[in-house]
Amino acid sequence: MTELVHDAWVIAVKDLTIEFRTRSAFLSAVVFALLAIVIFYFAWDPTAVAAGDLAPGVLWVVFTFSGLLGLHRSFGIEHEERAIDGLVASPILRESIFLGKAIANLVFVIAVQAIAIPAIALFYNLDFGAASLPIAGVAILAAIGVVTVGTLFSAMASNTRLAELLLPMLSLPFFVPIVLPAAQATAKLLSGRPAIEAMSWLKLLVAFDLVFVVACTLAYPFTLEE
Amino acid sequence: MNHTNGVVVEANSLVRRFGPHRAVDGVDLSLHPGESLAVFGPNGAGKTTLLRLLAGLLKPTSGFARIDGVTVPGGALVRRRIGIISHHTLLYDALTARENVEFAARLYRVDDPRSSALSALERMGISERADATVRSLSRGMKQRVSVARAMVHGPSVVLADEPFTGLDASGSRALAGILSELRESGATLIVVTHNLEEGLSVATRVAVMHRGRIVHAAQTGDVDAAAFPAEYRDLVGAV
Amino acid sequence: MKATPLSISAAAAVAIALVRVIFFTPYEMRQGAAQKIFYIHASSAWVAFLAFGLVGLASALYLWLREERLDRIAEASAEVGLIFMTVVLISGPLWGKPIWGTYWTWDARLTLSLFLWFIILGYLVLRGAIDDRAMRARYSAVLGILAALLIPFVHLSVYLFRTLHPMPIIAKPSAPSLPSQMLVTLIMMFVAFTLMYVALLRARYRLAVARDEAAEAYHA
Repeated sequence: MTELVHDAWVIAVKDLTIEFRTRSAFLSAVVFALLAIVIFYFAWDPTAVAAGDLAPGVLWVVFTFSGLLGLHRSFGIEHEERAIDGLVASPILRESIFLGKAIANLVFVIAVQAIAIPAIALFYNLDFGAASLPIAGVAILAAIGVVTVGTLFSAMASNTRLAELLLPMLSLPFFVPIVLPAAQATAKLLSGRPAIEAMSWLKLLVAFDLVFVVACTLAYPFTLEE
Repeated sequence: MNHTNGVVVEANSLVRRFGPHRAVDGVDLSLHPGESLAVFGPNGAGKTTLLRLLAGLLKPTSGFARIDGVTVPGGALVRRRIGIISHHTLLYDALTARENVEFAARLYRVDDPRSSALSALERMGISERADATVRSLSRGMKQRVSVARAMVHGPSVVLADEPFTGLDASGSRALAGILSELRESGATLIVVTHNLEEGLSVATRVAVMHRGRIVHAAQTGDVDAAAFPAEYRDLVGAV
Repeated sequence: MKATPLSISAAAAVAIALVRVIFFTPYEMRQGAAQKIFYIHASSAWVAFLAFGLVGLASALYLWLREERLDRIAEASAEVGLIFMTVVLISGPLWGKPIWGTYWTWDARLTLSLFLWFIILGYLVLRGAIDDRAMRARYSAVLGILAALLIPFVHLSVYLFRTLHPMPIIAKPSAPSLPSQMLVTLIMMFVAFTLMYVALLRARYRLAVARDEAAEAYHA
């Protein structure tokens, strides 16, 4: 178990070093998120719909799509010079490759969110106030689910002929039980309801995370070449 | 390990099919410590597939491959003993030479990964470019880094696929030196190449593959060119 | 599709059941003729869920046993299941229009069916994007298992969404206590569609076998 975590961490640090050095995926994901937030605003009539009613939906739709942008690169860097062979041949557990990638992607998605969520508050004139912390909690729970499923499908899609075209098609149906509870819980929190009212949604998110972190980690070795 | 009769690398009726295509079609091998096998053969003979099977990167369709009596891929203990050099560099372009080798050292739990990485790079004569990103290096320099990556944990079984690709004269000498040194210290080597001269320079035994089978096996010194497949004989010229 | 005793009896059973639906089953009092769509809708839904259940089961067994037949069963069942699920998604709105006054409603079960339809479509696209047979089998098995795990979550979140946002329902389109004549018709339809599913599954499975054999013969 400690080896699993240690090796996953070594891989995550390697991935984050690469991302930090090139910054290409991060910048495009942030710009995409900001653009989407701005454009969504003009898709509704502000006199008919309050920005506060719109925000939770926009937040989570933007969140999923910008998350997908970073996920595809995750296995791309392993395939360029077949570095994945070096990982598979090394003495580490194959599951730790998946966990390492997922940790790096989680940091990536949370970093994008850390810019996108305040940007929503700014552009949509929201005051998170006391809801800030619970919303951050929802964001992290949602990010875990999105990243887990997305990392696995990215590993699969990168080996197919359709590559990046396949990733959203496979992932988005799996994001329904993430986006829906996250948006509902955010709406409750934003309208000043006590956090307890969002509880059933949060439970659903936690259950999803638990089931899919385990299932995707166990499934990953099957996606490697045999 | 007496139960293996001193055999380090063993293949038994090894077969690997890709769909209907038989890339490796019944290969038997057995190598002892200090032995070095050069595998020759034309493109598509199944040399790379054979190495990937031995490294545990591919599963055989039938038959088995063993390292130290353990069926590959085996556990961490066995895999820690193997070093692989592929015809891809296995490197990350955006990381520096040192970071790449250090990363490998960490995966192999080498003590003091940083200095091990630097000394591996030094042995391949590329330490002065240790902090250059791999992207900025020439093909030959990348290959040196790639060899350093494979050697950083001191493997006792080396599986090398065209390891001389892209190396200049001094790089080739450095690699041949490392391989000979490893062999003399009791390591077992398998080197796949289509360059006869390079292969013979590091080998004690020779095998020629054709259409997934070993069609000729000999000790270095009694290689019989007449046993080579015709289209390949032309490529390698006289022995 | 070759005419086999199975395919002939399946076609006959569907024909007989349809005739019974149209001519020998009384109109439902409030919904009138439109309610007859229900027999097709409900039986296709049953078959579609059965088909996807089989995909999940065959996928799990494939990763365990690595038996190529299981992968072909999953492939065949997914494709046939997609057809039945398409029937569900077309017949649902057709039936809903006169009852609800709108073609589409985010009814919990209809929504779940829609997402399942998307997933199975993705599953078939994934299969089409991989050339290597063993890899295709592994990847689609992984997706098949994950999809089976996903279904309860989609169902639960859609259900919670519905409970927390009550929508006006004019007539709940389920029939908990059908008069016996209607019940007999429904059961006949279920049996006929299940037979049809098995016949199509077998034909599609044989096609997969023939395709793989042709590929082998071509390379040999």
